[in-house]
Amino acid sequence: MTKNNKKAYLYLIPAFLFLGAFMIYPLIDVFIYSFEEGYNFASGTSFGIGSYNYSYVMHDQYFLQALKNTFILVIITVPISTGLALLISVLLSSIKPLKDLFQTVYFLPYVTNTLAVGLVFMILFKKTAYSDGLINLLINFFGGESVDFIDGPYWAKMLVMCIYTIWIVMPFKILILTSALASVNPVYYKAAKVDGTSRFRIFYKITLPMISPMIFYLIITGFIGAFKAYSDEVALFGTDLNAAGMNTIVGYVYDMLYGNSGGYPSYASGAAIILFAIVLTITVINLLVSRKNTTY
Amino acid sequence: MKIVLKNLTKKFPNRNKKAGGDVIAVNNFDFEIPDGTLVGLLGPSGCGKSTTLNLISGLETPTEGSIFFGEDDVTKLPPENRGVGLVFQSYALYPHLTVFKNIQFPLENLRGSEKLTKEEMEKRVNEAAKLVQIDMLLERKPSELSGGQQQRVAIARALVKMPRVLLLDEPLSNLDARLRLQTREEIRRIQKETNITTVFVTHDQDEAMSISDIIVVMKDGMVQQIGKPQEVYDNPVNLFVAKFLGTPPINVFEGEVKENKLFINNEAVLDIKNVDNRKVFVAIRPEGFIPSSSGALTCNLGRLEVMGRDVSIVSTHPSSLNDTIRSIVNSESIVSENLKEVKFDLKPNKVYIFDHDTEERIIFEV
Repeated sequence: MTKNNKKAYLYLIPAFLFLGAFMIYPLIDVFIYSFEEGYNFASGTSFGIGSYNYSYVMHDQYFLQALKNTFILVIITVPISTGLALLISVLLSSIKPLKDLFQTVYFLPYVTNTLAVGLVFMILFKKTAYSDGLINLLINFFGGESVDFIDGPYWAKMLVMCIYTIWIVMPFKILILTSALASVNPVYYKAAKVDGTSRFRIFYKITLPMISPMIFYLIITGFIGAFKAYSDEVALFGTDLNAAGMNTIVGYVYDMLYGNSGGYPSYASGAAIILFAIVLTITVINLLVSRKNTTY
Repeated sequence: MKIVLKNLTKKFPNRNKKAGGDVIAVNNFDFEIPDGTLVGLLGPSGCGKSTTLNLISGLETPTEGSIFFGEDDVTKLPPENRGVGLVFQSYALYPHLTVFKNIQFPLENLRGSEKLTKEEMEKRVNEAAKLVQIDMLLERKPSELSGGQQQRVAIARALVKMPRVLLLDEPLSNLDARLRLQTREEIRRIQKETNITTVFVTHDQDEAMSISDIIVVMKDGMVQQIGKPQEVYDNPVNLFVAKFLGTPPINVFEGEVKENKLFINNEAVLDIKNVDNRKVFVAIRPEGFIPSSSGALTCNLGRLEVMGRDVSIVSTHPSSLNDTIRSIVNSESIVSENLKEVKFDLKPNKVYIFDHDTEERIIFEV
């Protein structure tokens, strides 16, 4: 038995080495950086140890803006995208003709490049001195004033950002949910039908509980994904997100490391650890809630 | 509630489009199930018995023909308006609901004047649970129950809404042998207590014979024979029914009728009247053999299987269509195992002859 254990550890060494070098060591390192004030990559020195980095980050207007943006994005896009994906999946699995076509269409955003999609969104929503995008033409058609969604008021930019995010995360959720729906044994629906169950009740009492593990999986990964949003913002508003007022926490970390204000690994580490703490808390809450509600 | 099936036909489009044509699952079904009886639909797999059940439940709509519950024509009614309780082969218990909630589920669907209060529902659920003797398991989840218990829950769920007709699809096939015996008695008891007209589907003739008031033997979508189990066993209308009923199965021989004598392999085994000279199939029930040193039918002795009360003599015969001939005889008429041959006399009422071409029964007189 002991001999076998030794062998097992031997086989695990490569995985441990990789995980240790590229996951665990950096994690610990970032944690240490976040307490070293004014750490400098080049010299490898710092002024001292303390919680100043956190205090700086928490009082930085840009970080607070990024925090606010991220939270708005998470709170709006996760429920809406999951709900819409569920609705579309249910509709998709209840139609027969053209089902494959629709499934392909809904899956397209998943395989399309983020930056290309960003470009399309810019064209749709833009407003310049000379021309309006399609959306503004529509608004004008219904008698409204043109709005600059890309470079205008905060609410307009946030709106585009949310629509964009929802659109880009939905294909994966639809994919997961349609396969979850397909895996529900049809005999339950037959049984419910013989018992005279209404369609809504079948969905609410049978379908939903049966696919609930998948829904909770999507909510948890959705929260984590939305908290880590960054590239989508760049695709829409360019690299200077602070100026656009559309930065996110990950964007802030990136800017602190490499942006115009770059060269501050300590602040970046502090912000990263704060993000880590937020995501961890939300995930734990999610898991606790899901354990209570997915009872099978 | 009696059930009447009139010219019921169900065709499915052929999956293999090149072959074309429809697959006829149920072909011109015509019979009446009297009120309060337990009917077994019996046949090999693919004979259309489950389709018949689905037609009665309303999950499938017939291509032609009609279905009546009592005087009501329910052919066009959706399943929920027919008042049927259906127990699925896999039970289809909702895994996320407790036993209590599973049984209560159909009651919660009632709307309008039929709507029940919480207390009434609880009372009905408890009654149904008591009837199938699972009233101590109400708080469990289906996954925490044994197969037999799940089966009872499924029956309780079907009965709780007081259906006009109870339908069971292969109710015992997922249970082990001992539980199967127990559960079939249980189904019989529940049916007698509630007096609900019940139709169940099975491919196991033992099961159908033991508990049904009436059995319907089916083959390739056609009814072969309908009757009380013993009648069908004693008087099969054709070779298929004779072969399908009975364990051990009936022994079939190639035979010939010549000059009022029945011949198997040039041995005259029985004097029969009123049958023309022709080639026939001779089928003899295992209990139709009487070992006798001067017997008419000579078989090559294989071995003896002693089963206490009875002895089963396993032998072979060149004209037999079965690999071995099994005859069950009284243990007092023991045959020595050292013999090479065994001779039998035949009980005329356990011998059936069938036309060699149509396989239809030929009635003879002794």
